[in-house]
Amino acid sequence: MNYFEHIGKYFMMLTQVFRKPQRSRVFREALSREIEVLGLKSLGIIAFISFFIGGVIALQTALNLNNPLIPQSLIGFAAKRSIILEFAPTFCSIILAGKVGSYITSSIGTMRVTEQIDALEVMGINSLNYLVLPKIIATLFFYPFLISLGMILGIFGGWISGTMTGIFSGVDYIEGVQMDFDPYLIMYSLIKTLIFAFIIATVPSYHGYYVKGGSLEVGKASTQSVVWTIVLIVIANYFLTQMLLT
Amino acid sequence: MINVKNLHKKFGGVEILKGISTVFETGKTNLIIGQSGSGKTVFLKSLIGLHTPENGTIEFDGRVNTEMSIDQRRQLRQELGMVFQGSALFDSQTVEENVMFPLKMFTKLSDKEMLAQANVVLKRVDLVGSNKKYIAELSGGMQKRVAIARAIVMKPKYLFCDEPNSGLDPQTAIIIDNLIQEITNEYQITTVINTHDMNSVMEIGEKIIFLKDGKKAWEGSNKEIFKTDNEAVVNFVYSSNLFKKVREAYLNETN
Repeated sequence: MNYFEHIGKYFMMLTQVFRKPQRSRVFREALSREIEVLGLKSLGIIAFISFFIGGVIALQTALNLNNPLIPQSLIGFAAKRSIILEFAPTFCSIILAGKVGSYITSSIGTMRVTEQIDALEVMGINSLNYLVLPKIIATLFFYPFLISLGMILGIFGGWISGTMTGIFSGVDYIEGVQMDFDPYLIMYSLIKTLIFAFIIATVPSYHGYYVKGGSLEVGKASTQSVVWTIVLIVIANYFLTQMLLT
Repeated sequence: MINVKNLHKKFGGVEILKGISTVFETGKTNLIIGQSGSGKTVFLKSLIGLHTPENGTIEFDGRVNTEMSIDQRRQLRQELGMVFQGSALFDSQTVEENVMFPLKMFTKLSDKEMLAQANVVLKRVDLVGSNKKYIAELSGGMQKRVAIARAIVMKPKYLFCDEPNSGLDPQTAIIIDNLIQEITNEYQITTVINTHDMNSVMEIGEKIIFLKDGKKAWEGSNKEIFKTDNEAVVNFVYSSNLFKKVREAYLNETN
């Protein structure tokens, strides 16, 4: 199957996904389950990585800005910009693509190869709507919170790294963080997050739903879905940056 | 009653079903038999709407599949019960949740009413006390019973079973066969079973259809299959010495 066929099939899939759920009660239950699995269970990894990467960004910025003419507050400013513009939305989304994407593909793929999806269809249930829509809504709803947390913890990690190592002063760092604050950058970051969240929910679902074969193929589809999700996030990141910041 | 007329199905240019016509009667256990690759599963999946045939019609008590609106098809699907070869139970749910699932999706019953209805069918398949178990905790035979319970909880008009005995020991296979036959008679449903199991053919085959290379090669009852001189059926059904002897004994007894 060539790329155009895959793209066509992906959009055909979306037309089935975006239908009114057959039972709102069942949909609500599925949604809360997905928020827990796809969102809440990712809190730990995002918090951990954001904190330490924030620290590394601040330290590397400080070590590269050793000219006495450059104010130390620039460290906080550069770290804040890097974290808000790129690290939190893009880097965290790539991590989520690996963690959540492989889970989505393998869970839906296993349902496909064990005929559970056929069972749903025979019952008269729109399986795509039942399985994929709650995942999309859960990621669109929860990932902005997750990425915002990543921003806060990243900036906080930078401050901790400075104060603990003494490489730069905490006061200068906070001054830099507060300097030239532009709320649009937060908006830009959250818009990117929403697009990435949609990619993270739908691309792995596509790979899982249309898998053929057995457990080995589910494993292969899982790997392939993570690769394609990351590729699409990186491409979308470039075009969104061009559209929203230039 | 399900009336199948001239059903054709192709995959990638290869014709799998080559004009099958037959009638599955209500209140009877109708069996589809045939060698691997003869088109049994494709035929069954075409009947339940998982495959779309290129030609031919399937009539469910007067309702022709090709003339139905989307709503009518949805309604028909709720009248179908299906037991898959691998059971196809939702492994992240308990036995009770699996059985209640169709009720949750298609009825407005309260939790208490749904649970009561689930308990009725679980009792019917002799699975009382397993409500809170997960699917992985059950044996193959128990999983088949849960699948049957889930298939009949909506009181279907049509029950389809794809190799319900595969992977089961002979004793459990007989229990499952008897259970399906009892349910068929009790609920007066049209049951269609896809099987390789010759015990099932002899025991519960009220109507048997033999498929060969995508065509119907023979049809009759489990009594008639003993007497048939259709070479393909004889070679397939009586391929083992045991069944050859069973046939000889039957024919000697009846002559």
